Amino acid sequence: MTATTQTLSPSMKRRRRARQRRGALYLALLAIGLVAPFVAYPVFLMKILCFALFACAFNLLLGYAGLLSFGHAAFLATGGYVTGYLLSSHPALTPETGILAGTLASLGLGLVFGALAIRRQGIYFAMVTLALAQMVFFFYIQAPFTGGEDGLHGVPRGQLFGLIDLSSNLAMYYFVFAVFVLGFALIQRTVHSPFGQVLKAIRENEPRAVSLGYNVDAYKLVAFVISAGLAGLAGSTKTVVFQLASLTDAHWHMSGEVILMTLLGGVGTLFGPLVGAGLVVSLQTQLAQSPLGNWVSVILGAIFVICVLSFRSGIVGEIQKIVRKNFK
Amino acid sequence: MTQEFVLETRGLTKEFRGFTAVDDVNLKVREGHIHALIGPNGAGKTTVFNLLTKFLPPTRGEILYRGKPITGMRANDIARLGLVRSFQISAVFAHMTALENVRVALQRRLGTSFHFWKSERSLEPLNDQALALLDQVGLKDYADVLTVEMPYGRKRALEVATTLALDPAVMLLDEPTQGMGAEDVDRIVELIRRVSEGRTVLMVEHNLSVVSRLCDRITVLARGSILAEGDYAAVSTDPRVREAYMGSEAGETEEAGA
Repeated sequence: MTATTQTLSPSMKRRRRARQRRGALYLALLAIGLVAPFVAYPVFLMKILCFALFACAFNLLLGYAGLLSFGHAAFLATGGYVTGYLLSSHPALTPETGILAGTLASLGLGLVFGALAIRRQGIYFAMVTLALAQMVFFFYIQAPFTGGEDGLHGVPRGQLFGLIDLSSNLAMYYFVFAVFVLGFALIQRTVHSPFGQVLKAIRENEPRAVSLGYNVDAYKLVAFVISAGLAGLAGSTKTVVFQLASLTDAHWHMSGEVILMTLLGGVGTLFGPLVGAGLVVSLQTQLAQSPLGNWVSVILGAIFVICVLSFRSGIVGEIQKIVRKNFK
Repeated sequence: MTQEFVLETRGLTKEFRGFTAVDDVNLKVREGHIHALIGPNGAGKTTVFNLLTKFLPPTRGEILYRGKPITGMRANDIARLGLVRSFQISAVFAHMTALENVRVALQRRLGTSFHFWKSERSLEPLNDQALALLDQVGLKDYADVLTVEMPYGRKRALEVATTLALDPAVMLLDEPTQGMGAEDVDRIVELIRRVSEGRTVLMVEHNLSVVSRLCDRITVLARGSILAEGDYAAVSTDPRVREAYMGSEAGETEEAGA
């Protein structure tokens, strides 16, 4: 025991220092999150947080399991619609119950999607998820409870736990922030868990993971379901914030947008999706108010091309590279 | 059925759209042997490997492990039985450290591999065992090195350590010395000899000097079927084998080319 502590001590020390640095970073971000609504418009911040959670959920799949889903909009929308419908039609329900139901619905849908798609690999996996998500999209156009093309409007925010009135944007913000922190913590734990190690091994070399006795499909499915559930959580929360659930969330554009956010911020990094979502949402908001309003898609497309061509590991990925090179 | 043969195939056949890659192979691997599968390029050696480890489903035939049929099992369940394979291209987890590579093989035993809510620090009790395995293949100093940064020969050694972590009854090695310089080859030969104690090894190998130094029994494949079988002396003097290799010492020349 003592022998190993001695032999491992430099690396263990390094790891401990890295953990401490990470802890400090988390604390700083937490503090920023807590004071942010006094500096910026809370609704705008909530939009960023909802999309950031969505992107983080997506990144768990692409960045840590190596699975490119092109159908994540279905989970965002399912969470949103289920929560929106329940809260609108049952005024007695508290918002957290509605959100929980939406999340569970996405979780269930994720199980179905995952079970069907996981057997395929690479581009075929992406195609299956896209096809399934399109089916869900057309279902939501036709289904009576979604309001079709109009969407669900005026979803009541209600009172959290029946106690805290969420109609105040500040109260709403702190609730969304808590949801985000919880979701982020779950992802960070999943990535750094025994499960996360196997997931990483599968991403690195799938046949080898099989030859070590791992049933890789089962691991991928669990990752897929977690990701779908968190995407649903993001959608549900977003519906409560904006009191709105619409087809925009179910459209394949949304599946594309989350890929853009993740790649731009840095796929396979914990903070990448957060940065990417913040950037994309800010750009969309800023541009929509400027004379360039009609050019949003073109500008985002151009940024995406530049990202893929010149900084492929995304903003956070590139920063990490620089840090690793200079401060090792 | 006696347990004399740990691994056995009966009439093993694999056809790809009319092309028969493996044709009616009856292979018997004796417990404790180092058994080599050799043959010219395209003889079906790697296909046999993929069939044995269920990475490919056979068209016909049966595979028996300790007398029990395993033909219908899945690849990951085969590994759980104790039949663990390596790959032709060095199969390591490139963006994990050497220690993590071995540990990921060890951790299955803890039964917590689906626990996404536990800290990965719960794996640290395995570190000692992982280090010991790394030490066994001479990689102790590489424990914290990312595998992608390790030299090729070391990666192959790491692969052996990862395989050993499962404590397999049968190790299936697919060209363990492929693409190596002479020094690395010697090291791997020593390593295989050392770790084969108490185990059975079935290996595909091009390098005939490696085969002659290591193997108790040799099966020669040509065009998908067994051409000859026996110890090195018997096989190397067999005229049919010499003809299949076109009189050239294929192993040596390919080694130089690789």
